[in-house]
Amino acid sequence: MLTILFDGIAYGMLLFVLAVGLAVTMGLMNFINLAHGAFAMAGGYITVLLMQRLDVPFLVCLPLAFLGAALLGAVLERTLYRPLYRKPHLDQVLFSIGLVFMSVSAVDYYVGSTQQIMQLPQWLKGRTEIGSLGMGHYRLFIILVCAALTVVLQYILAKTRFGSRLRASVDDQRVAAGMGINVNVVFLSTFAFGSGLAGLGGALGAEVLGLDPTFPLKFMIYFLIVVAVGGTSSITGPLLAALLLGIADVAGKYYIPKMGAFIVYALMIVILLWKPNGLFVRQGGKA
Amino acid sequence: MTAPAQATLLRAVRMKWWEPLLWLAAFATPVLFPAQAPIVNETAIWALFALSLDLILGYAGIVSLGHAAFFGFGAYAAALFARHVSPDPHVGLLVAMGASAVLGFAASFSILRGSDLTRLMVTLGAALILLELANKLDWLTGGTDGIQGLTIAPVLGRFEFGFDGRTASYFSLTLLLLFFLVTRVIVHSPFGATLKAIRDNRLRAMAIGVPVHARLVAIYTISAAIAGAAGAAFTLTSGYVSLETLSFDRSADAMLMVVIGGIGWLYGGIIGAVVFMAIRDVLSNITPQYWMFWIGLFLVVLVLVGRERLFKPWTWFRGARA
Repeated sequence: MLTILFDGIAYGMLLFVLAVGLAVTMGLMNFINLAHGAFAMAGGYITVLLMQRLDVPFLVCLPLAFLGAALLGAVLERTLYRPLYRKPHLDQVLFSIGLVFMSVSAVDYYVGSTQQIMQLPQWLKGRTEIGSLGMGHYRLFIILVCAALTVVLQYILAKTRFGSRLRASVDDQRVAAGMGINVNVVFLSTFAFGSGLAGLGGALGAEVLGLDPTFPLKFMIYFLIVVAVGGTSSITGPLLAALLLGIADVAGKYYIPKMGAFIVYALMIVILLWKPNGLFVRQGGKA
Repeated sequence: MTAPAQATLLRAVRMKWWEPLLWLAAFATPVLFPAQAPIVNETAIWALFALSLDLILGYAGIVSLGHAAFFGFGAYAAALFARHVSPDPHVGLLVAMGASAVLGFAASFSILRGSDLTRLMVTLGAALILLELANKLDWLTGGTDGIQGLTIAPVLGRFEFGFDGRTASYFSLTLLLLFFLVTRVIVHSPFGATLKAIRDNRLRAMAIGVPVHARLVAIYTISAAIAGAAGAAFTLTSGYVSLETLSFDRSADAMLMVVIGGIGWLYGGIIGAVVFMAIRDVLSNITPQYWMFWIGLFLVVLVLVGRERLFKPWTWFRGARA
């Protein structure tokens, strides 16, 4: 029971790191980006390939995955995404689905369609039992890293100058621009940072979630659930939504394996019918 | 209304001279090119499905990523009906449409509120739930194997569904024509006009007294029924049904077709289906494994350049922000 809760929390934290970038960019630019998983996949493949082919240690790979995905995000934001911010949602959906298709085939072409296996370092393998609670070391590691990231993110958003600029831009772009905030730079750096976090999440999650070229399609729905349920105006919303989703998914698969992912989807639809704009909507922001 | 104004309004609605020719050409294809009959059948089914999506996407402005839910539901309903009740294709078709319409009616209440993102998620979630159910309820649906080897009675008691696909292609083409005419009446009626008003500005539509929710429920149900008919045509003409009919790819492909052909235009879905099938055929001959890449690239370019300019390459680099 406790073990399931623990695994669910680890899974949820991982989903949070993967999806938080999406939540911020979606709230900021009102852009429906279905291709967020592609950045996560990029991070995952960077890690796996570096470890397999060049024997780079795991801990060095993680920042590299972050940087690689962030760089990719920055380049794509500047070249492809920016012209689309003002387009209708349908165009954005089509565009990002197109990107997903391209990334899936490209990875398939260069790396192959087999599932990648990640060799964890020795100190992350193994398990500790405390009473009825069994903790996998790697999952513990994931929780610690993600919790640290959450604290840092919350600090950046709430306390730094960049955070206040970001919040101002989310609330009202035009006024923010009028106050002398360079909204384009805020957008670019946020997009890059969000993609980088997705890459880091993909690297951390390669062992837990599995990594193959269809990764962006398989987990797209999960990221979107986190964002749609959690709302896009804060990071506590997506965090709670991700934890809820992670626990519900792990518990659902454990107790009622026959129903599989059914529980998660049903839960999402019920929540969205009850609160169409997500569970945690901050009052006062733009609609 | 003055006479010239009436004439102008009617001109937009009347059938153009090329439309009967187009349909004649479509109906002649299976005779002129017998080897292509199965492809004509497949294209007609896709076109019918795209038509149903265009009805909600182009005319009511509902962005749905889960329209395959209704296609697949109709397909499974037709298959189960054929296996357990009666092999008659006509009744099967009606049953499948009825089942999809009921599902569409129930699902329509989930798309009334919220933003585009909420709707996207709810439609996608509904399709995924159905896919999951069809996968897990294997005593009913055959799970990953689907339902195979159905025997379907001849159409009108005379025309067998044979291996050459001729009856199948005529069956699907007739359905397509029938529903095309029905949707044509719908979108040009006052009912259709109120739908377009809702799509363009929901608040104003509400202000001038359009019952927004009732209209959306109605059109979603109709669209679901037509998608169900397309699904039933798939099952009846191929004699099997599989999980693929409910998949995300099917929803995404249909949306792609509508976008290629043109949103909010009834021929859009049909032309899009023809073009899409042609592209896919060519690409999968060149690169069987990686054709998705080119479809993706096509989508990206399509959106970045804009559909109006796509077929005029010389305008691509001129004043992109105009």
